[in-house]
Amino acid sequence: MWEYSERVKDHFFNPRNVGSLEDANAVGEVGSLACGDALKLYLKIDPDTQKIVDARFQTFGCGSAVASSSALTEMIKGKTVEEALLITNQDIADYLGGLPKEKMHCSVMGKDALEAAIACYRGEPAPKELLDGELVCECFGVTDKEIREVARENKLTTIEEVTNYTKAGGGCGLCHDKIEKILDEIRAELRQSQAKAAAAPKVMTNIQKIARIQEVIDKEIRPSLQKDGGDLELIDLDGAKVKIVFRGLCSSCPSSSLTKAGIEAKLQELVHPELVVEEVTA
Amino acid sequence: MRVIYLDNNATTAVAPEVFEAIKPFLQERYGNPSSMHFFGGSVSREVTKARENLADLLGVTPGEIIFTSGGTESDSTAILSALSTLPDRKEIVTTRVEHPAVLNLCKHLARFKGYTVKWLSVDKEGMLDLDEVRNAISDRTAIVSIMWANNETGVIFPVEQIAEMAAEHGALMHTDGVQAVGKIPINLKNTAINFLALSGHKLHAAKGIGALYLRKGTRFQPFIIGGHQEHDRRAGTENVPGIVGLGKAAELAKQNLEEESSRVRSLRDRLQEGIMSQVQFARINGSLNDRLPNTLNIGFEFVEGESILLKLDELGICASSGSACTSGSLEPSHVLRAMGVPFTCVHGSIRFSLSRYNTQEEIDFVISQMSVIIGSLRAMSPFGQDKISSACIVQ
Ligand SMILES: Cc1ncc(COP(=O)(O)O)c(C=O)c1O
Repeated sequence: MWEYSERVKDHFFNPRNVGSLEDANAVGEVGSLACGDALKLYLKIDPDTQKIVDARFQTFGCGSAVASSSALTEMIKGKTVEEALLITNQDIADYLGGLPKEKMHCSVMGKDALEAAIACYRGEPAPKELLDGELVCECFGVTDKEIREVARENKLTTIEEVTNYTKAGGGCGLCHDKIEKILDEIRAELRQSQAKAAAAPKVMTNIQKIARIQEVIDKEIRPSLQKDGGDLELIDLDGAKVKIVFRGLCSSCPSSSLTKAGIEAKLQELVHPELVVEEVTA
Repeated sequence: MRVIYLDNNATTAVAPEVFEAIKPFLQERYGNPSSMHFFGGSVSREVTKARENLADLLGVTPGEIIFTSGGTESDSTAILSALSTLPDRKEIVTTRVEHPAVLNLCKHLARFKGYTVKWLSVDKEGMLDLDEVRNAISDRTAIVSIMWANNETGVIFPVEQIAEMAAEHGALMHTDGVQAVGKIPINLKNTAINFLALSGHKLHAAKGIGALYLRKGTRFQPFIIGGHQEHDRRAGTENVPGIVGLGKAAELAKQNLEEESSRVRSLRDRLQEGIMSQVQFARINGSLNDRLPNTLNIGFEFVEGESILLKLDELGICASSGSACTSGSLEPSHVLRAMGVPFTCVHGSIRFSLSRYNTQEEIDFVISQMSVIIGSLRAMSPFGQDKISSACIVQ
């Protein structure tokens, strides 16, 4: 049995705003019988104030699916459409005092239904339909765009987390390689943006630069050299010239020029784009 | 709150008689059965008695019983032993509806050890096609591993007949009897079955004790290697309290099997009829004829199993579901899927499994609650509203 919070249980056993809304002017529908959960969200939006004056739901699904739907309707009532769209799936989970991690996809379903309903109100296609992309998980019909979006928003890093939030990969498991590739791409993006942020203060003093270069060498470069029996030492920094000396097996290794290019690229990426590496004999 | 326990295929209550029998072995009678002194020797005699009782329940001789840590260990022991004693045969025949103890082991053997697994399918009722079974077994088959009764649906397979087919090809026959032992009469003496796995906690003994029946004359390779216990067939100091308890449970099962199973069957049938007559859009999963007397698996359309379980739980009623949401994985029951149960019904499937300790009053209470629970969840569901409401008008 799952460990559900008291609020989840309360919203499951006493769901708020159940049913359909006769005069709804926005309806969002996500999920299916085959997937094991589905949510139909009805909103009544005042066209003058853009306020959500009433919200109802019908849900087929587990305890946390019902609770997430119930919580969502409570959270959006009285909000303007713009305010409501700021709600994230994490907000829904937080409102409920947390959800078991395997059930986070229920909160994502809530957010998706809300976006679909508002798109319906605005006469736009549902955002999920726009997320056409490439089908990654055939069992649950999840596309790469959808995985990317949820993974970025919730900072997901493992296949298991992606499954918990989107269900993708939770069926036959054949798409795990594809999900891993998407995660790799997201990680690479993240590294680049971090590197940019790190490289941003271009006016570093020489001492700061040396310290940063030393850090990158120690953390990113030496461990892999040492694995092959080599090593590297930072000798000096002269303007943009990083003077290094190879030690151990690297000093006689013909690929050291290759290694040098790799080190240069790393330092340019992580410290300063103008750095060049120069091998010296010590 | 009172508990109405209808999840006996998951685990059972330890019988009070079993508890009494175990107690001294957790207290003053702590000797090691392998010891030379009287203190240990007297314990050894109790282990012997337990072995005799269990052998009696299965219609076999005590020398054919090996105590293990449970159903899973017994399954692994049997299958791996067969593969190593028949090294030239690289095929395994099993079904798509086995318990993970067999299913995942076979997947592992196929994926990492180079064995070919012939997966037998089942029909809508959960039954095997015996022609398909016959065709799958060949001189390349090392072991045929087919469960006696299914834990989710209670469907019973004709394993005695299949054992004959295996024997014709010199293949070994293993059956996972975890759900069958203690629930239906079993007599292995005149069968061609080589191995049978059973588990204590499914028949009112403790958890962590089980046994493997190993037919006399079957070549054997132990799974756990070490000391000389169990005649060199399963090393490790005996789980004496577990064994004594299992012996007692076997004795009780043997004594009361006939009378109890007919009483349990009539309660199960009462539950079945009660629910089916009051709840629309429900279907029974699994053959009505070849089924354990204690098991009832029902699929409720337009509702999801975990929601049903939560509502039952609030009333103190314990059952289980083949719904994806109740397991760690997102895949609904592989058993119901293999039977081709429509998705609309798999997610809303509930298994009730009874025991000798259930009463008619309990069953009647559950019947009275089921239609309320299903009704309230359907009222919340976006599906089938038109169907459900029109059905109500017809009624
Ligand atoms: C059919 C079947 N086989 C094997 C097992 C595993 O038995 P144990 O829990 O004793 O390892 C079970 C119990 O869940 C079962 O139902």
